[in-house]
Amino acid sequence: MSTNPLIPKDNVPIARHPAAEAWEMFRRNHAAMVALVVLSAIVLVAIFGPYIYPIDPFDMVWAPFSPPGVDGFILGTDYLGRDLLAAIIHGARVSILIGLAAALMSVFIGVTVGALAGFYRGWVEEVLMRITEFFQVLPTLLFSMVIVALFGASLPMITFAIGIVSWTAVARITRSEFLRIRELEYVTASRASGTKNSKLMFKVILPNALPPIIVQAALMVGSAILFEAGLSFLGLTDPNVVSWGQVIGSNRQYILDAGYTVTIPGIAIFVTVLAISLVGDGLNDALNPKLRQR
Amino acid sequence: MASLQSLMMRILYAAILLIAVLVLNFSMMHMAPGDVADTISQSMGGADQELLDQIRADYGLDQPFLVQMGRYIGNVLQFDLGYSFFYNKPVTELILQRLPATLLLVFVAQILALFIGVILGVISARKPNGIASHFVTILALFGYSAPVFWTGILLLIGFSLKIQLFPVAGMRDVTIEGGFWVHFIDVARHMVLPVITLGSIFLALYSRLSRATMMEVLGSDYVRTAKAKGLTERQVVYKHALKNSLSPVITLAGLQFSAVISGAVLVEAVFSWPGLGTLAFQSIIARDTPTILGILFFSALVVIVGNLLTDLALRLVDPRVRSKG
Amino acid sequence: MTAPLLKVENLRIELTTRDGVAPVIDDLSFELGAGESISFVGESGCGKSMTALGIMGLLPEKVGRVASGSINFAGEELSTATEKRMREIRGNDISMIFQEPMTSLNPVYTVGEQIAEVLRAHQNLSKAAAWASAIELLDAVRIPNAQRRVSDYPFQMSGGQRQRVMIAIALACKPKILIADEPTTALDVTIQAQIFDLLNDMKRQTGAAIIMITHDMGAVAEMAERMIVMYAGRNAEQGPVEQIIERPRHPYSKGLIACVPHIMATLTEERRELTEVAGIVPSLREFGKNRCLFASRCNMVTQKCLDKRPPEVAFEGQQMSACWHAEAV
Repeated sequence: MSTNPLIPKDNVPIARHPAAEAWEMFRRNHAAMVALVVLSAIVLVAIFGPYIYPIDPFDMVWAPFSPPGVDGFILGTDYLGRDLLAAIIHGARVSILIGLAAALMSVFIGVTVGALAGFYRGWVEEVLMRITEFFQVLPTLLFSMVIVALFGASLPMITFAIGIVSWTAVARITRSEFLRIRELEYVTASRASGTKNSKLMFKVILPNALPPIIVQAALMVGSAILFEAGLSFLGLTDPNVVSWGQVIGSNRQYILDAGYTVTIPGIAIFVTVLAISLVGDGLNDALNPKLRQR
Repeated sequence: MASLQSLMMRILYAAILLIAVLVLNFSMMHMAPGDVADTISQSMGGADQELLDQIRADYGLDQPFLVQMGRYIGNVLQFDLGYSFFYNKPVTELILQRLPATLLLVFVAQILALFIGVILGVISARKPNGIASHFVTILALFGYSAPVFWTGILLLIGFSLKIQLFPVAGMRDVTIEGGFWVHFIDVARHMVLPVITLGSIFLALYSRLSRATMMEVLGSDYVRTAKAKGLTERQVVYKHALKNSLSPVITLAGLQFSAVISGAVLVEAVFSWPGLGTLAFQSIIARDTPTILGILFFSALVVIVGNLLTDLALRLVDPRVRSKG
Repeated sequence: MTAPLLKVENLRIELTTRDGVAPVIDDLSFELGAGESISFVGESGCGKSMTALGIMGLLPEKVGRVASGSINFAGEELSTATEKRMREIRGNDISMIFQEPMTSLNPVYTVGEQIAEVLRAHQNLSKAAAWASAIELLDAVRIPNAQRRVSDYPFQMSGGQRQRVMIAIALACKPKILIADEPTTALDVTIQAQIFDLLNDMKRQTGAAIIMITHDMGAVAEMAERMIVMYAGRNAEQGPVEQIIERPRHPYSKGLIACVPHIMATLTEERRELTEVAGIVPSLREFGKNRCLFASRCNMVTQKCLDKRPPEVAFEGQQMSACWHAEAV
């Protein structure tokens, strides 16, 4: 019943550049378009915000627990009388920077591991997949906490701690894509014509394996932001840098007096991650060839 | 027989994974700046070099790396995870004290999320435009995007502080006296918010997958056969369709144990739940390395056991897995 | 002549699609006597399966419905029957086997359970009695070693064996009508012949009437006494099988027959698909228009065919053809 041959296939596609076609599909997803706009705004705030609103988030500028909108502080002040808006604006930088860097790192590790495993198969695949399983067994947050606790809470170390536990999903996706694509005719043809393995892997197969990896990478940025928020909520963060999770963590004892000091940074995280995941959904629709054929 | 053999292989493989965790544990401890001798000397208020060397010799820290590692692994296999100088207790004892609370939280949250998730999935698959289906969609967005500790704090503000429906923190009220059921209800009341906080993320995951697989299964040929047999709607959905839609959800749940434990760490921190997560948090602040690594080991153990249980569950549900092993 | 077992009159089944409502079955009438066997023939997309699902009351929910006409089974109107009543009939009085034996059985239950289940649903048998019957039925559909194989799961059986299990399920309650929707299309040619033999045997033993849906003229010749050629949801031609094969009265039937070179040849011979009639079945949007829908592929087409839907013209020997040029074919 699912594929009814009676229903005509209309909209015969006209050949166009794949990127243009993907953008066309993306634009049709209204939620993803709105999310893209929101996300762009957040990124702009992260880049330019600190110049437009140059208040230091560590300065005690006013009486503690001044509610939002009162006394001229749009989002109020925290338990030490620090400006919450300044913390949100400066925190955006850390969250997005770490989110991007950690996602980049895990994509790099994941693609390398997955590509080698899927391309060479045999014992290489066996060993690499066992290593992947090993990393899946370690409880991610605890492992990152241990790394940060043992080796120091600098931003690069936090990024490393997040990246090193997050790459397994990318590795699995890359591997299964490689396993699928390496059997296709154009790869066999390319192999038969004597193309070198490295070129075969990265010039022939990888570009065709990219769509699901890109979608996964987008989602990873979101989960890395959540991850960083969790770590900094627990206090495992660079004490000289303000981040959204850290604001929640440091204010949580005062939730009865000033719930907004926790609610507002949480909304910032929530909206950012939600926007990223909706954009990821849109990318999925746009890049998934199976959907496009429908 | 083949199935029993494959099960033994899995258990063996699980053991190898655990040893690997120990190797990683020890290497990290070795690579990290500062060692047990430093910790002891700090807790004594400082020590001279001679004393430090003495301590290092006592604890075998002057031995080669591999010897030390071998001894560490040997000790762990005898359930000796070292000594916590911060708590003045053997790490194993410390962890076994806290483990039950975490297991309770993790398993109750997982099982409830799985159970409710599958039911929600079934209901919303049968009515793709119904309330349940919209709820699943919204829950999926929220569950993925909201930081779990933030959800926890919001629930805490709402249901423990504003409306004082549930206790603010901990697992039990020590002032309460009474029989088993009094304590049972007391713990249950303490559990409500942590379980909702932790479970909602996974509920989102399971209900969405369950809806998707159930919709696929409801359109399958064998469901049509079941209808053509003249079975009731209930038999068709709950006997023929449900059992087939379970395997992917159980597989996903099995992959989540590591994530559930990570979530539990944060949830425990929010609700001061006296489990491994809180212990981990406290020992990290106290830089109590043996305890931290012990917790990492035990939580990996929980994940591995969880994976084995998932395997068993899959065997129960799907005869094809049973025969292939 | 006694009243027919199944009498379908002016049946119209509508499907809701993106482009609106289309009649996938348009004004179909036929009769089926007890113990008779009839075949629906036509290319895929002609509405053969929809007729079967319509009779079973299993049209896709919210998408398909019986818009008008009647389906009368042993004096009872099925198109308006309650779901509860339809459940009592399905699998009991009328049962059905499907095209895809590989996917039509539930992978997580043993074949024994799946046979016993239909007996328990309709005949109030105890668990043990239903299980014993399941073994007998497996034996009856010639699965060797039934006693042991009754506990097998579908994945442990071949396609042909699974189709035998499907037949066992369908015939478990001794139905009056068995609908077989392309029962051998997915199977090897040699297995096809075995399944046809089995169906013929079972028909003799149980006295069930068979509605066989196929696009295979050879299967029609093997299995059916009468046939209905369907085109684009409409009845193109109806009548006794041998008579139509000898003297088709519709250009479509003629085309279908012409593309099977040795229709009475051995069944083990590979039969070709019916693509040799040039052109394709019109899209759903064309269905229901007041003209001959075959006109676009017909070499006898005249202006009349494009202006008005042809009426059904009766010929001797209960042959009937819906073509303006039926006499001339």
